[in-house]
Amino acid sequence: MDLIVPTDRGLYCAAGDFHIDPWRPVARALITHAHGDHARPGSDLYVCHRLTAPLLKKRLGDVAIEMADYGERLTRDGVEISFHPAGHVLGSAQIRLAHGGEIWVVSGDYKLEDDGVAAAFEPQSCHVFITESTFGLPIYRWRPQEEHYAAIDAWRCDNAAAGRASVLYAYALGKAQRVLAHVDASIGPIVCHGAVEAINALYREAGVALPPTRLAQEIANKRDFARALILAPPSAMASPWLNRFGDYSDALASGFMQVRGNRRRRGLDRGFALSDHADWPGLLAAIEATGAERVLATHGAVGPLTRYLREKGFDARILSTPYGEEETPADEAAPEAAP
Amino acid sequence: MKAFSDLYKRLDSATSTRAKQAALIEAFAAAKDDPMQWASAAWMVYFLAGGKPRQTVPTRLMWRLAVERSGLPEWLVEECYSNVGDLAEMISLLLPEGKAGEEVSLDRWMRERLLPLPSLDEEERYARLKRWVEELPAGQRLAFFKLITGELRVGVSRLQVMKALAEVAGVEESRMAQRMIGYAQARRAPSADDFQALIGDVAHAEAIALDAGRPYPFYLAQSWQGPVEAMEETLGPPSNWTVEWKFDGIRAQLLKRGQVWRVWSRGEELISDAYPDLEPLARALPSGAALDGELVVLVSPAGDFVADSLDGLAPFASLQQRLGRKVVSDKTMRELPVAFIAYDLLEIDGRDIRGEPQRERRARLESLIERTLDEAMARGERLPMRLSPLVAADDWPALAVVREQARALGREGLMLKAREGAYGVGRRKGGDRTEVWWKWKLDPMSVDAVLIYAQRGHGRRSGVYSDYTFALWSAGEGAPDRELVPFAKAYSGLSDAEMREMDAIIRRTTVETFGPVRSVEPTQVLELGFEGIAPSKRHRSGVAVRFPRMLRWRRDKPVAEADTLEALRALLPTGRG
Repeated sequence: MDLIVPTDRGLYCAAGDFHIDPWRPVARALITHAHGDHARPGSDLYVCHRLTAPLLKKRLGDVAIEMADYGERLTRDGVEISFHPAGHVLGSAQIRLAHGGEIWVVSGDYKLEDDGVAAAFEPQSCHVFITESTFGLPIYRWRPQEEHYAAIDAWRCDNAAAGRASVLYAYALGKAQRVLAHVDASIGPIVCHGAVEAINALYREAGVALPPTRLAQEIANKRDFARALILAPPSAMASPWLNRFGDYSDALASGFMQVRGNRRRRGLDRGFALSDHADWPGLLAAIEATGAERVLATHGAVGPLTRYLREKGFDARILSTPYGEEETPADEAAPEAAP
Repeated sequence: MKAFSDLYKRLDSATSTRAKQAALIEAFAAAKDDPMQWASAAWMVYFLAGGKPRQTVPTRLMWRLAVERSGLPEWLVEECYSNVGDLAEMISLLLPEGKAGEEVSLDRWMRERLLPLPSLDEEERYARLKRWVEELPAGQRLAFFKLITGELRVGVSRLQVMKALAEVAGVEESRMAQRMIGYAQARRAPSADDFQALIGDVAHAEAIALDAGRPYPFYLAQSWQGPVEAMEETLGPPSNWTVEWKFDGIRAQLLKRGQVWRVWSRGEELISDAYPDLEPLARALPSGAALDGELVVLVSPAGDFVADSLDGLAPFASLQQRLGRKVVSDKTMRELPVAFIAYDLLEIDGRDIRGEPQRERRARLESLIERTLDEAMARGERLPMRLSPLVAADDWPALAVVREQARALGREGLMLKAREGAYGVGRRKGGDRTEVWWKWKLDPMSVDAVLIYAQRGHGRRSGVYSDYTFALWSAGEGAPDRELVPFAKAYSGLSDAEMREMDAIIRRTTVETFGPVRSVEPTQVLELGFEGIAPSKRHRSGVAVRFPRMLRWRRDKPVAEADTLEALRALLPTGRG
């Protein structure tokens, strides 16, 4: 029997009697990262990386958590468990299980490019690799992140010169802080939506250096908004919260912005294809690096990726999960990854 | 090419009309000041105004380039296409990065490179395409492939281009609209002279326009959607209006200047060659005349010399057989003779009378037509021309009753034209009761149909399942072995929010995926409206409908209660229209 099998509650390891990123309440939940589609409420005990714990508490309340460091070995009923950097958001981890001479790795969400905020992705050798494939199509090839940061800064400068605010939508957990850590703080003040600011605080506590940020209500003079970068979760799109900013240009930072139609449908001025997920070459490189012969793809463009891998000689199949609901191209305003 | 690519990017990164307008004005103004740029600017205007050159690179070569240069299997490239929904964009995302070569102007790209391609053999064409793409700076790639496909999808309308040019040239918009007529015609190759004629000084440009036999911009009607009860209050009494039938034909302008005559369609295509039937009519008209009207198929009964008789008017399906024909045989002209139903006079004795009130233009039109037909009759000749008959009634409810006859007569409804109104430009919006033309169409026919297939859309709907196929039941409820028979596709009518919801339902209820198409469990019923219906051997349902669209999402209706094919066929007209 496979070490990990899908059940109606989530990915389940019978040998160790625990679930990974379950979508319904279970006794023992190993969590790859704190995004809402991977960390759901109601389980008795959560096991996650040390840096994920505060984010989890922020989202789920005062739940019981067992923490681990990257690389630390935990054992449960003969199953060796360890967490390894996934490079997705703060505290994100791939979960590696070793049992009976077989190694399985559950990737969670990941990216290969080191963003300087989340610990950089470390490939793990394994027999079976359960991978995400949010952007599992060759049209997704990211430009180097520096280009996106420069483009965001240039857009802000143009807006500031024209007396417009710059409203940038970014997932409240992870993307927003990544943007904050890299944009030019000298262009103008940075205003954050409450949902973003709450996560900023946790990132700062974890030692991530972020430039000064303020809440919208802390800005007394509305004219100051004209030079400001305003970071908001995608759910704030078209909400009355935006009314206070006067004239503004809006943009979304998401891998889906690679395709113009996804941006135009939302009526956004700009789209920056800055993603915390692996692009097509990234997925292939990560899979290659594991040395795995069996690959299970969990969400996104699973069909094309697994078929492509099968044609390359892999034993690749689709593993059906409800992950990825945080980022679907059809959603106008994807649900927030943070409260 | 860089100028075009930069403008494309600027237009693409601005959503407001104002920002797009500013970008257009800046680009055109820069070109105006530099005659070296005119030739390229001429192309820029052409593409932005919706012009499409003849196909220089067949789609199959584009696909071959995408597959070979990306090194990906063909099915995966197809998968990419269905996600991106735009061939040009998909290829520019897939190809490896090129090394920047020399800058080539848009005009040179078109004239020296792309336009000569069709005369070369396939391999040579492919080899050139491949080499050019390799030398193309990555930032210009999208704009380049857009030139080939002609589908810019950058949210700029011809109207906006016209307004920007009017601003740059410093002329009135109506004049610029006239200058631009025919500019973006398919397969044209605009030149520096054309750009100069757009932005140049008035007298020079206008002389050229008249020589070229250009028509006036068509005045378009807006749709009256309100109830009959509201008409008196909004529009005043019917006596303020010229009321006519709305014909189901091709809107066209017939011009004669000197001995030259031309017929232009509303799409600003020159279509004279396709309708040689009209030659005798054009010969009979005086020089310096421009008529607005409708092209129809009309098999006139012998001895019918009444100017506004519509006897023998054939349904649109007959006219359809004349569309797109390059060679028109005598047999075709005999069996499907075309006639021009005139309803407006824009120019007479070489003078533009669009500013005169509708009633005066109508009076002039009537006397012109009667005179022309009488003279022809005296020669024993019958001309393929009719005067659009007036429809009269005392009040709006009485007109509404007349309108109801339209379907049986094969017409679309009624037209209302303010008697005091001038002939305007484009579609005038607003509650204006003195200038506007209203089309008062029949309510569409409709059936409740079941969604069975969905496909992802293009352009701004790319990635979303927005194109649907609908089916009806082969037999009534309770009949054994009844099945759902597809009968129409529809793309429009749902709000963005409804479309997102439907997208989610489609993903959830998918039964099978065939490339870009998904079959879904039949769970959703929608009211589908359409304008016309005709028997068809090509459709499994035995029926073809015109302009199908979604009127309403019938969430209240179970699939079992959707309509049957029989109900659809009952809408077929019984006799001739």
